[in-house]
Amino acid sequence: MRITCPICGERDRREFYYQGDAVALRRPDPDDTPEDWDAYLHLRDNPAGVTRDLWYHEMGCGAWLVVTRNTVTHEVLGAVLASDAARGAA
Amino acid sequence: MRFSGLRVLAEGLTGNRGWTPHWRDPAPKADYDMIIIGGGGHGLSTAYYLAREHGLTNIAVLEKGYLGSGNIGRNTTIVRANYFLPGNSEFYSHSLKLWEGLEADLNYNVMHSQRGLINLFHSDGQRDAFARRGNAMINQGDDAVLLDRDGVRKLLPYLDFDNTRFPIYGGLLHPRGGTARHDAVAWGYARGADRRGVDLIQNCEVTGIDIENGAVKGVQTTRGAIRATKVGIVVAGRSGQVAAMAGMRLPIESHVLQAFVTEGLKPVIDHVISFGMGHFYISQSDKGGLVFGGDLDFYASYASRGNLPMVEHVMEAGMTLMPMIGKARVLRSWGGIMDMTPDGSPIIDKTPIDGLYLNCGWCYGGFKAVPGSGFSFAHLMATDTHHAPAARFRLDRFRTGRGLMDEEGTGSQHNLH
Repeated sequence: MRITCPICGERDRREFYYQGDAVALRRPDPDDTPEDWDAYLHLRDNPAGVTRDLWYHEMGCGAWLVVTRNTVTHEVLGAVLASDAARGAA
Repeated sequence: MRFSGLRVLAEGLTGNRGWTPHWRDPAPKADYDMIIIGGGGHGLSTAYYLAREHGLTNIAVLEKGYLGSGNIGRNTTIVRANYFLPGNSEFYSHSLKLWEGLEADLNYNVMHSQRGLINLFHSDGQRDAFARRGNAMINQGDDAVLLDRDGVRKLLPYLDFDNTRFPIYGGLLHPRGGTARHDAVAWGYARGADRRGVDLIQNCEVTGIDIENGAVKGVQTTRGAIRATKVGIVVAGRSGQVAAMAGMRLPIESHVLQAFVTEGLKPVIDHVISFGMGHFYISQSDKGGLVFGGDLDFYASYASRGNLPMVEHVMEAGMTLMPMIGKARVLRSWGGIMDMTPDGSPIIDKTPIDGLYLNCGWCYGGFKAVPGSGFSFAHLMATDTHHAPAARFRLDRFRTGRGLMDEEGTGSQHNLH
């Protein structure tokens, strides 16, 4: 499995740390309900197919990436900087 | 058909013509008292104990493939009760006791072998931690022996005791730990449930869950609609998809865990060895293959196969622990889909929907739990009360923060187990 970092280009999966579902980009406010926090911290769609998850280019440029990936085939469909993805979502 | 030594002898002398299928292959009826979704180890044992312990036999087990086609046939067959935290400790202790009577109970040879499991340690701090774990196991009524370096050397002389990074200081021996023949466990439970009247329905994939006014009414399947007022979801790595049919999201992320087996060798490894610092564990099957594995690949996956970086890591760990393994040739490798919870402990609970029950989150430790999980889940489904040894496996512990069971002590968060 190889991931194309927008900054460094195509790199071995071993250079990246996997954080999990890209839900991490939608952090609730401190005053939101326990249910909102539960959804953010624990509950997952856990799709069999295309998913978006958060990876950290630990042994490269240090950027956080949102990787679009297929969980059934391990195909990596694309990667964007998490900072760009967060701005896009806002 | 009952198995016995005499029967095996008689069949052997008469050309093995008297054996019959171990279970029927019924078509689904229009309604049942209960439906179990998932014909793997946990689903089949649930059905068996519903019949044996509670006298409930108007039950269907729905399996989308063939019986035992999931993780029950893909694991590394280790059976143990060396847990530490309240909640886990009593549950696995109960499960191990069921294992010890399982073959007589099922009249089926699951090849349960209590050959002893040894967890190695490599520092004074780790020795303290394992001494404490051993005391917890003894307090639970199970067995544990703290071995020093010479004690380990006597049992496992072939390890690299003076490895520079991980010198072996000793190990925690769990004498009642061991292995079992994984497929036979599924077959034994399937046969036992079938003989008591449970319908085991294969090639029957659930495509929807019917819910009216907050209560479950049945399921839609590829073989038609089936009514039941109690439905249990026992589908391991696929829990997220099946729960979504009931409009639920679960604290589950599915990951791939790889396993490996070498060509058959003469007996060489008599125990189960766990080398935690290398994320490596190994035993030898009765066919002679060295069965070993490592850690998760650590990304969400439904592929049933992993990637090469973890293969390399596992091989390196094996070479670090026992350089002799370099002479063995790996025959094949595969992956299983693990239903990972944030705290690494399972869920056996009701759901917010009346009549819908959930058994999942076994992470990479489901095999040894098969008897206990089925027993406790059957108790919950039959009586609507939690079975004491599994009473802490609550679904709401993540939302409330009460009763989290982080056995590894790494934090209650996805990607840390």
